[in-house]
Amino acid sequence: MNIMIVGVGGQGTLLASRILGRVAIKEGYDVKVSEVHGMSQRGGSVVTYVKYGDKVYSPIIDRGEADIVLAFEILEAYRAMPYLKKGGKMIANTQKMNPMPVITGAMEYPSDIEKKLSEKINLQAVDALSLAEQAGTIKAVNVVLIGLLAKSMSVDKSVWIETIKETVPEKFIELNLKAFELGYNL
Amino acid sequence: MKKLMLGNEAVARGAYEAGVTVVSSYPGTPSTEITENIVKYDNIFVEWAPNEKVACETALGASIAGARSMTCMKHVGLNVMADPVFTASYTGVNGGMVMCVADDQGMHSSQNEQDSRHYAKAAKILMLEPSDSAECRDFTKEAYAFSEKFDTPVFIRLSTRVSHSQSLVEEREKEDYILKDYDKNPAKYVMMPGNAIKRHVVVEDRIKALKEMSETTELNSVEENGAKIGVISAGIAYMYAKEALGDKVDYLKLGVIYPLPEKKIKEFAEKYDKVYVVEELDPIIEEHCKSIGVDVIGKDVFTLQGEYTPTMIKKAVLGEDAAPYEEIGEQIPIRPPVMCAGCPHRGVFYVLKKLGLIVSGDIGCYTLGATPPLQSVDTTICMGASVSAAHGMAKARGAEFNKKLVSVIGDSTFMHSGITGLVDIVYNKGNNTVIILDNSITGMTGHQDNPTTGYTIRKEPTKQVNLITLCKAIGIENVVVADPFDVKNFEKIVKEETEREAPSVIIAQRPCALLPPMRKKYSGHCEITDKCKKCKLCMKLGCPAISLAGDTVKIDVTQCNGCGLCTNVCPFGAIEKGDK
Repeated sequence: MNIMIVGVGGQGTLLASRILGRVAIKEGYDVKVSEVHGMSQRGGSVVTYVKYGDKVYSPIIDRGEADIVLAFEILEAYRAMPYLKKGGKMIANTQKMNPMPVITGAMEYPSDIEKKLSEKINLQAVDALSLAEQAGTIKAVNVVLIGLLAKSMSVDKSVWIETIKETVPEKFIELNLKAFELGYNL
Repeated sequence: MKKLMLGNEAVARGAYEAGVTVVSSYPGTPSTEITENIVKYDNIFVEWAPNEKVACETALGASIAGARSMTCMKHVGLNVMADPVFTASYTGVNGGMVMCVADDQGMHSSQNEQDSRHYAKAAKILMLEPSDSAECRDFTKEAYAFSEKFDTPVFIRLSTRVSHSQSLVEEREKEDYILKDYDKNPAKYVMMPGNAIKRHVVVEDRIKALKEMSETTELNSVEENGAKIGVISAGIAYMYAKEALGDKVDYLKLGVIYPLPEKKIKEFAEKYDKVYVVEELDPIIEEHCKSIGVDVIGKDVFTLQGEYTPTMIKKAVLGEDAAPYEEIGEQIPIRPPVMCAGCPHRGVFYVLKKLGLIVSGDIGCYTLGATPPLQSVDTTICMGASVSAAHGMAKARGAEFNKKLVSVIGDSTFMHSGITGLVDIVYNKGNNTVIILDNSITGMTGHQDNPTTGYTIRKEPTKQVNLITLCKAIGIENVVVADPFDVKNFEKIVKEETEREAPSVIIAQRPCALLPPMRKKYSGHCEITDKCKKCKLCMKLGCPAISLAGDTVKIDVTQCNGCGLCTNVCPFGAIEKGDK
């Protein structure tokens, strides 16, 4: 199983990939999680890969190979589209964050991305930002999206909840579980 | 129980299990988390040194004194520590010594893409290369055993995808390691010509012994699938090859990168119609094969640049096409890294750009001052070069040019290798203006303490290097401290200091916005009020939270942290701090 998580540096993609990696271990798989650190984290496009199966060799995912793409921002979803396997599924947050070439006016933010994606691939678009706000903080976008992802995977819900409890700091457990439920029950 | 660990975390685990007691490093992506993870273990002295050379010498000293020691760095850090490395090869070790160097294929976070394997050959030092986290742990322990058995420091070569991928590792018990006795042994440790001549003989004999080991060790292993094609590979490239080619080829996986085996390669290669060498960056294994008369295919079909992928290998070796995929079909904007909302460097570069100065830059988050719209940095070479290169520029073009020239360097980078450049300016009658960007932390690599922060890596309070006193002590009479968010005053100071016919240092002091105290200090977000005249001056800050919607300026509340820099820049007082 190849899952690609894309977003903007600072959105919490790393935590999401770590939760997913831990869930896969609990299911008894071999797992590799490829992360991004350093300069590329600073507000740029961020890509992490989670791969699991009987045996995983390469930690990276090529174009046309992702079973699921989980996108934290809609332009990043569009950028990641070529990575989706034929018949794969994309779950995307509809939030828009302007990249610097758009801010400086050098380029325009592409229009109608959701529509363009839906015409080509199996897309589940969701306003995760509003759901995170409902949970109590916009920072919980990542866990809302994990909730959505969990719904489309065949892993018992209790495993996800247990893993979130183990992964996030204790004082944020309640908030994160609320965010997870909002995503899961959508 | 198996645990998911980063490659770097697994190296730290291996070092702990091997009984390491002294670790000295300088942070650098993708190597930083090795040293950060050592902190988790008790009874190990661990430190951030001011630079890699100091770190390496500290580790070597600890080894000579009888301890198992480690130093970790990124590939370019190895250049900084090359001096002791080449001679450590001559002295050998007492307690085992391991040097972890992490290359950055693809340059995710680096200024070049050098291949560290050259150093192993040049310095005649054993080098191992793991390909996943389990091997990171195992090879680290092996490295200590080899180090003591062959009396040599040992390199472990990592790469971004090994260092920063998590895979499963089984934790084992810690070995009991007793400090080796310390013996005064000048013939081995005093490297003056008379002794070094004799030690060079020892080095050459050691390489012969290591070659023998390389022929027989299980770290260099053959995997037979009854195929007609052979593949020789190592490190992360082996994992890509394995995924791409599966059991359609046979493999010789090399865990020992230097010295490479000869007999083993010859015996492997002669069984196949074709043999490929799959290695990222330079053709080190390939050239070795060719030098011993083994015909292999390597860089004729594989690139010298960037990271490989399984798809690329499948195409080159089996001629199979990539999986089908949907093309985007239009040009979409890239999303390069940017300075965070609230970044103290933004105020500095806003002023430098406004004044149209030539900016000699350095390595850190502030390298991003080279990108639009701030776009003020002229040069970025290596750690410390902002200061010394500006000295050279000023000497080449004279006083008027120098009045348009500044250096920018972070606090940690200044401690690393900016001080010596500044001494050069004072000593050799330069009049440069150096701006030290003091954000109270090593930012880019993820918040490591350094000699100016007042804390050690274990967060124990310690003496803090005072930048003002330091600069004054080396002879800079004009040292000014200024807040870069007070843009008017900062501009005035930069003008004064660049005009001055004497060397000067401006310490731009404001902590990184991601530090916990600043996260507390900044609250709410800024708002554009109806006083806005749409002059778009605030857009020149290149803040990720400020953008245009039509011809109206908008602040994205999900990105704004309420730092207030834009309120200081707006000439109409049209931006206000909101409470929410």
